[in-house]
Amino acid sequence: MKNRILKSLTAIGVSALLTAPVLFSGCCAKEKKEVYVYNWGEYIDPDVLESFEKETGITVIYDEYETNEVMYPKIESGAVSYDVICPSDYMIQKMIENDMLQEINFDNIPNAKNIGQQYFETSKEFDPENKYSVPYCWGTVGILYNKTMVDEPIDSWSVLWDEKYKGEILMQNSVRDALMVALKLNGYSCNSMDDDELEKAKADLIAQKPLVQAYVVDQVRDKMIGNEAAIGVIYSGEAIYTQRENPDLEYVIPKEGTNVWIDSWVIPKNAQNKENAEIFIDYMCRPEIALKNFEFITYSTPNDAARDLIEEEDIKNSEIAFPDLSKYTGLETYHYLGVEGDEKYSNIWKQIKSAD
Amino acid sequence: MKNNKAVKLLSAPYIVWAAAFIIIPLLMVFYYGLTNRDGQFTFANVLAIQQTEHFKSLYLALILALISTVICILLAYPLAMILSSLKGKNEHLVVFIFILPMWMNFLLRTMAWQTLLENDGVINTVLQFLHMPKMHIINTPSAIVFGMVYNFLPFMVLPLYNVLNKIDINVINAARDLGANPFQTFIRITLPLSVPGIISGITMVFVPSLTTFVVSEMLGGSKILLIGNVIEQEFTQNSNWNLGSGLSIVLMLFIIISMIMSAIFDKNGEGNTL
Repeated sequence: MKNRILKSLTAIGVSALLTAPVLFSGCCAKEKKEVYVYNWGEYIDPDVLESFEKETGITVIYDEYETNEVMYPKIESGAVSYDVICPSDYMIQKMIENDMLQEINFDNIPNAKNIGQQYFETSKEFDPENKYSVPYCWGTVGILYNKTMVDEPIDSWSVLWDEKYKGEILMQNSVRDALMVALKLNGYSCNSMDDDELEKAKADLIAQKPLVQAYVVDQVRDKMIGNEAAIGVIYSGEAIYTQRENPDLEYVIPKEGTNVWIDSWVIPKNAQNKENAEIFIDYMCRPEIALKNFEFITYSTPNDAARDLIEEEDIKNSEIAFPDLSKYTGLETYHYLGVEGDEKYSNIWKQIKSAD
Repeated sequence: MKNNKAVKLLSAPYIVWAAAFIIIPLLMVFYYGLTNRDGQFTFANVLAIQQTEHFKSLYLALILALISTVICILLAYPLAMILSSLKGKNEHLVVFIFILPMWMNFLLRTMAWQTLLENDGVINTVLQFLHMPKMHIINTPSAIVFGMVYNFLPFMVLPLYNVLNKIDINVINAARDLGANPFQTFIRITLPLSVPGIISGITMVFVPSLTTFVVSEMLGGSKILLIGNVIEQEFTQNSNWNLGSGLSIVLMLFIIISMIMSAIFDKNGEGNTL
């Protein structure tokens, strides 16, 4: 008797375990309208998602990722079919080359007209015919410094090699950004595949290592606000936020040039809800929505109509948020360098990180 | 016989669980580690450990894990003896206090240490207030060892406490009766009887220390590359799962060695508390 109860209990347990996911995914897909969104962490105002759901009746299933490289294999394997993703420029290029994206029907995205034409121009570097991507955020990589902790005005990457600031320098803990700094310092392209140029950049970064306090990603924000370091390499979008918290901080685009990046909405090939994806992208392009997102995440919006809505003049005309790029030279987006390039860069980076 | 069947049935969910979350992932690690990007069989990813920067990071990880483990033993042993000598109500309370921090998230606790140890952090501010010299420990190997010891110390204390508690007080009394002084009693009775706990504690501290990448990233400022960091980077930044898995297989060898050690010395599983 006891045995039979146990048996049936186990059977129920196991079958519940096995069928639960099927039940959940099966029931809702048919009855409800959905859109699966895969975006960077902390890269949207949560209120926007709520208002989107309320207005359109489409349920947003929202997931976040940390790096382009974490996102890519999930899309590639097709384990989860997302409808909208927001990769960076070079990753979009890689996805187009590997036939993972589908063309966006711009007739369904009338609000794309709010996006400045210049951003579509820049996008051509990775999406040559502007068929696959709608810009969402953009920015530069530059130097954030504490005016009270440095002696001179800063305008060059070379300050990151200044012995005076030993232990006060924060570098980006990512292959491309760190190498970009050293390549640009030497006047090379940040997409260089030339061995001599890369060797020079590597040697420079190894020489710089004793001066570096730490290689960080997100913590650069908090450390600069907390006066923990004098100089840091940072994304322009973070600069506005840090300045609000600590007025002593100043952001500059070095004269040697830097990386200009764009993160754009794309629709993967295996998307199940393409129409909802386009409704979602269109919603994100509405001026007032783009403005809400800009105010929340402080990364520059390519949405010109949203920029016009900004009330504070100093932000609307901020050189950090909306720099006049024609004033700078040596600005480049990252390109996808292929498997060979990826390996080359990552080996150099490991050699730098394991150097004494 | 009946009982046996019931046990088998009851364990079914656990077998499903273990297969899905332990065995299949392990097989996948081996699959990726022993193939190249085109899916062809190769040892290249495992042999990549010979590359200078990989070998260096493994060596450094071994050294730091070893130092942390030794420090943990030295700190935990006296502590476990004190804990096991506390009899009565207080005993459970004190043990509880030791377990309490483990309920908090590991990352949060490490992050707290980051704030405490920073050059302008809490500790240095206090030191400065007292006109004492600042300490510069953050972003050095010492900070990593500190983080490992802090995070993994309970894993050393608890198995030690467990075995020490089980030692029959009569055995110790007998030794004393037969003329052994406290030192001799400790060396010849207590210490040998606590070996299972020591071994189990070593495994539980050494393995996570060897494989950590969070502690070295947060407290080491990513300036010190440990093997865990290399593997993490291959997955999250370099999109090279094959190399990451190959290096994981190498790391697994060390983990298996320490588990075999613990199986030999701790046959009855006396040291296992968790």
